[in-house]
Amino acid sequence: MIPACAVADLSEGEAIRIPGEVPIAVFNVGGEIYAIDDTCSHQDASLSEGWLEGCFVECPLHAASFDLRTGMPTGAPAKKPVRTHRVVIKDGVIHVVPQNQEAVV
Amino acid sequence: MRTVAVVGASLAGLRAVEELRAQGFDGRVAVVGEEPHRPYDRPPLSKAYLAGTCSPESLRLADDADTDELAAEWHLGVRADSLDPATRSVRLSNGEEITADGIIIATGGRARPLLGAEGLSGVHTVRTLDDAAALRADLENSTGGVVVIGAGWIGAEVASTCHTLGRQVTIVEAGLTPLARVLGPTMGRICAALHSDHGVALRTGVGVQSLTSTGFGPWKRVTGVDLADGTHLPADVVVVGIGMLPNTEWLAGSGVAVDNGVLCDAGCVTAFPSVVAVGDVARYQGPDGPVRHEHWTNASEQPAVAVRNLLAGTTIQEYRPSGYFWSQQYGTRLQVAGHPGDADEVAVVDGSPDDRVFVAEYRRQGLPVGVLAMNNPKLFGRLRRQLRAAVAI
Repeated sequence: MIPACAVADLSEGEAIRIPGEVPIAVFNVGGEIYAIDDTCSHQDASLSEGWLEGCFVECPLHAASFDLRTGMPTGAPAKKPVRTHRVVIKDGVIHVVPQNQEAVV
Repeated sequence: MRTVAVVGASLAGLRAVEELRAQGFDGRVAVVGEEPHRPYDRPPLSKAYLAGTCSPESLRLADDADTDELAAEWHLGVRADSLDPATRSVRLSNGEEITADGIIIATGGRARPLLGAEGLSGVHTVRTLDDAAALRADLENSTGGVVVIGAGWIGAEVASTCHTLGRQVTIVEAGLTPLARVLGPTMGRICAALHSDHGVALRTGVGVQSLTSTGFGPWKRVTGVDLADGTHLPADVVVVGIGMLPNTEWLAGSGVAVDNGVLCDAGCVTAFPSVVAVGDVARYQGPDGPVRHEHWTNASEQPAVAVRNLLAGTTIQEYRPSGYFWSQQYGTRLQVAGHPGDADEVAVVDGSPDDRVFVAEYRRQGLPVGVLAMNNPKLFGRLRRQLRAAVAI
């Protein structure tokens, strides 16, 4: 489980990036927190810098749009989904459980 | 309409096929592509692909499942040689002929060659996958200096990639300020400073006199570049990035008007309602006269409009370009939207060019017409949307 930031530090409509081998982007959409892989599945760009509209984030580079709930792209130019990650809020801090570590946590 | 021929199998051609199907055309679609490859993405050719960090497979724009779904006929590795307006048939270089009710011209362009460089090994352009593969191989097999002729987007990106690969790079630009025509002199200078930030030499305001070489016949290889001011720049590899020429020669005698591209109306329709043009080759009627765009977003967005008009048999929709394009150099991301002109007033609205993180707005008669961002995608995204909403461009 990776601590991201305090709930209070991520206002609505904002995103932060957790650096790492596979960086993760954490979004606050109307109070709901979502976490997905930060790197667009199309070409190297950080989704935490993308445009947030409802539950969708648009890649800042080529406007590929991803559903934060499923990681699925809504259409070209992205084809592959990005991974989604489980979010746990503990003591006012947002934690992310990276998908590939689910089993061991 | 029973058959549509799409001439050109790059991004614009593929998007045209996708739009035909998305807009309900269920007839025969024949696609002609001069290159042997299935449609692939070009932006990485001067960056990740050249650096060796992405494979040719990852450049593919459509996988087999997507292609199957489109149910198109692919004629790859053959060129369209002519278009007969009377029978609306496209004659191919292998002797075949495709007769179609609708024709989508997406033939793009070819790299403008440097005169005097014909048959000289070590001299490259970067337009196609094969071009980039040849350059990459040459870079792997040499160690000396690299000279890039032309400091436009391609030249700047190739210079940056060669620098990343540990090569000594010099860029030569005939104009006084790189990118001034697109971004204006102030921002052109700021973007060009990225080269000197990284120790890449930039020579501006000087033309190329000739290339020097060694060997003869097929063994003739470049050894350097002689500049008009008498300077000699030794080079193992020379990359020429001096623009492109639209591929329109095959339309000679077809009645389709050609002038630095295929002339068409604001909806990408030529004088024949059954012939439309998209992508780099399309010179459509913009608010200030005929205009052609040579970038990815245009090739991606234009086909939706052109196909709609083709299927309608008349221009029912006009193309409104977003003007969006991007570049990546020395780890720096540049993004441009709208239609900046070299005479516009430029104001930095966020950050500072000195920090290489900023957003600048272009204004004409006080109104925003364009935005340029360096390493600031978030604010760029917002301003790009505002710009799109504010002006009916």
